[in-house]
Amino acid sequence: MTALAPPVAAGQTTTGGGGAVKGATVTWMTLPALLFFLAFAVIPLVGVLFLSFTTFSLVGAVQPSGLTSWRSVLSDPALPHALWITFKIMIFTWVIQTPASILLGVFMAGHQRYREVLATLFFIPLLLSSAAIAVAYKALLDPNFGLGPGLHLGFLTQDWLGDATLAFWVLMFIVSWQFIPFHSLIYQGAVRQIPKSMYEAAMLDGAGRVRQFFSLTLPQLKYTIITSSTLMVVGALTFFDLIFVLTAGGPADATRNLALDMYIRGFQGNQMGLASAIAAIIVVIGLLLALFLRRLGGTSGSQLEGA
Amino acid sequence: VDPKTSRRSFLSLALGAPIAGAALASCGSSGPSGAGGSSSGSGGGGGGGDATYWFLTGQPQQAIREDTVKRFNAANPNGKIAYTEFQNDAYKTKIKTAIGAGQAPTMIWGWGGGGLKDYVKNNQVEDLTSWFEQNPEQKSRRFPASFQAATVDGKIYAVPGETVTPIVMYWNKKVLDKIGVSQIPQDWNGIMQYVQQANSKGVAPFSLGGQSRWTNMMWLEFLLDRIGGSQVFQNVFDGKKNAWSDPAVTEMLTKIQDLVKANGFIKGFSSITADSNADQAVFFTGKAGAVLHGAWIYGNLKTAGGDLVSGGHLVYTNFPKVSDADKGDPTNTVGNPGQYTSISSKATQAQKDIAKKFFSTTLLDDTEIKKWVATGSVPLIKGVDAQFGSGPDANWLKFIYDTSSKAKAFAQSWDQALSPAQAEVLLDNIAKLFQLSITPDQWIANMNKVIGT
Repeated sequence: MTALAPPVAAGQTTTGGGGAVKGATVTWMTLPALLFFLAFAVIPLVGVLFLSFTTFSLVGAVQPSGLTSWRSVLSDPALPHALWITFKIMIFTWVIQTPASILLGVFMAGHQRYREVLATLFFIPLLLSSAAIAVAYKALLDPNFGLGPGLHLGFLTQDWLGDATLAFWVLMFIVSWQFIPFHSLIYQGAVRQIPKSMYEAAMLDGAGRVRQFFSLTLPQLKYTIITSSTLMVVGALTFFDLIFVLTAGGPADATRNLALDMYIRGFQGNQMGLASAIAAIIVVIGLLLALFLRRLGGTSGSQLEGA
Repeated sequence: VDPKTSRRSFLSLALGAPIAGAALASCGSSGPSGAGGSSSGSGGGGGGGDATYWFLTGQPQQAIREDTVKRFNAANPNGKIAYTEFQNDAYKTKIKTAIGAGQAPTMIWGWGGGGLKDYVKNNQVEDLTSWFEQNPEQKSRRFPASFQAATVDGKIYAVPGETVTPIVMYWNKKVLDKIGVSQIPQDWNGIMQYVQQANSKGVAPFSLGGQSRWTNMMWLEFLLDRIGGSQVFQNVFDGKKNAWSDPAVTEMLTKIQDLVKANGFIKGFSSITADSNADQAVFFTGKAGAVLHGAWIYGNLKTAGGDLVSGGHLVYTNFPKVSDADKGDPTNTVGNPGQYTSISSKATQAQKDIAKKFFSTTLLDDTEIKKWVATGSVPLIKGVDAQFGSGPDANWLKFIYDTSSKAKAFAQSWDQALSPAQAEVLLDNIAKLFQLSITPDQWIANMNKVIGT
């Protein structure tokens, strides 16, 4: 995840720091960040690329083997499957979380007391680590000792994590439960940034609440939606911890996304060459997605045009 | 998330842990205080050890391992061993990374087989053949079957230690009585009848921690050995082309899918893990009538299983024969023929000498043997049955001793015997097989592709 975000940031500084005279001092200030970026993103990235052209079992020496790893990864039907799972996670994460987060964010932007109390409660999942969430849900959903069997509730006694289709949707539910609060927080802040005067003007024009939401709030949130979507999409690409603890990619390979596939091949199968090739694929997809989302934002002027 | 950064953090851990161990040791405490399953390792026994030793956490085994090292250190103040402890899954990754980075401990604790072969191929561990020739009693006192997994190309690279743990079938008599099963199934037909009977009474026939995958594998190991004999897997192990294309393999795969389809395993088995002992809990709470598992779970069944063991409700048998057409010997068993300790080839001569002294004087000495027996485990030492006495575990100990020592063949678990790369493909395909998402023919095709890798 960290390896992916910085290139975008770096791009921003070069295009943004266009001031001629004072630009020099600004560039100097990026140096510490640049050094960290070099040491912890660029160099490992080059290392991964190098390893993807080798055979390396962790125990022995790194042996150059040309395109062997790439050929093996690209011809393995596990790759399209992992890609499919990854994109499925990405798409549904976005489709479920974005509308829910926007609505919640708008709701929480109000200053009414009850809304602030509810907002505090909504943030609770944010306080928990993914591993803790996975362990808790795994216990709750256990087909023999979980919530359903414990309360003798038939409809809760399903093979939640042991059935391929159910497991995927359970995963989607937990991810949404975990991350909607975070994205709502972003939207809450963004909605509060919208000048009151715009709403007053809209009201004078006779716009109702629904009309205000679609014609004013939503367009004003454009950049926030892009930011939040970038975080979701790139996060979904490298999503690992929750799945690893919850299902370990299972049942069979029903929830094995690219990141998990990479880990399993590398650290359980001792095939670091293959794992590095998959890592490189993840990096390329991540960069393409980030680029695409930035393009989507366009370069039009101020969001507050006409304010 | 990318392997390079993970590797870095593992490397720094690898470098950091022994230092932490040494720091703890220099505090002059009487060994590690946090005996829990800390993955970063907690340890360092006695001041500034010259040799290092990494092994696993988890009681009661951990206390015995610690005690053996401490006794050695007390007797050898001039050449001590500093130990560091790791939780099972964390260790598997860490030891490989440490060895690859040249940071291996002097003594490497492991499972032998395919993993050891990988170390040998890369010249990471010492050849101990001559040491065993100089110390013939060290070889003769151990079970001969324990050396197979320590041997690569006719040379011995590890000292078999600790206990022998075959996989056995555990039955809960209380549950069997409840569902009206008076006789334990004697063959595969019997098993299928038992499955029907149990399901009709609302009890799961077999517990299974399917998410852990190697748990499913135990069923296949036995089925294949019974149906086709031990030669079938030996062919795979030897890397013979298309070795999985044996009619016995097809029969094994078909039988297991029949069992899955007949609801032979507890509902939701694919999401149950063995690491959390959830599969054992299903069994000892009476939700399932039986479980196929390693001898190592006996201790937990005793402590966590209520009156299962103390009330005499636990029955254990070897895996039954499949039919009269079996080619395999019904006394054959599979499992872990032992645990293995190797010496790193990167260690200094002084460290190697300490390790060898440890092997010849303290490892599996009489005190350690007694401690293993007391926990209900069988050390891999000939004639240890004389020490079983008549305690509450005597029958169990004798059963394990006989199963292990009288087996015509004691096969090592497949995932330990094969190379890690091949084992991963195997476990992956086994999970899919139990999920009914691939057919036996697809399974065989997938597995034939990776033979010899």
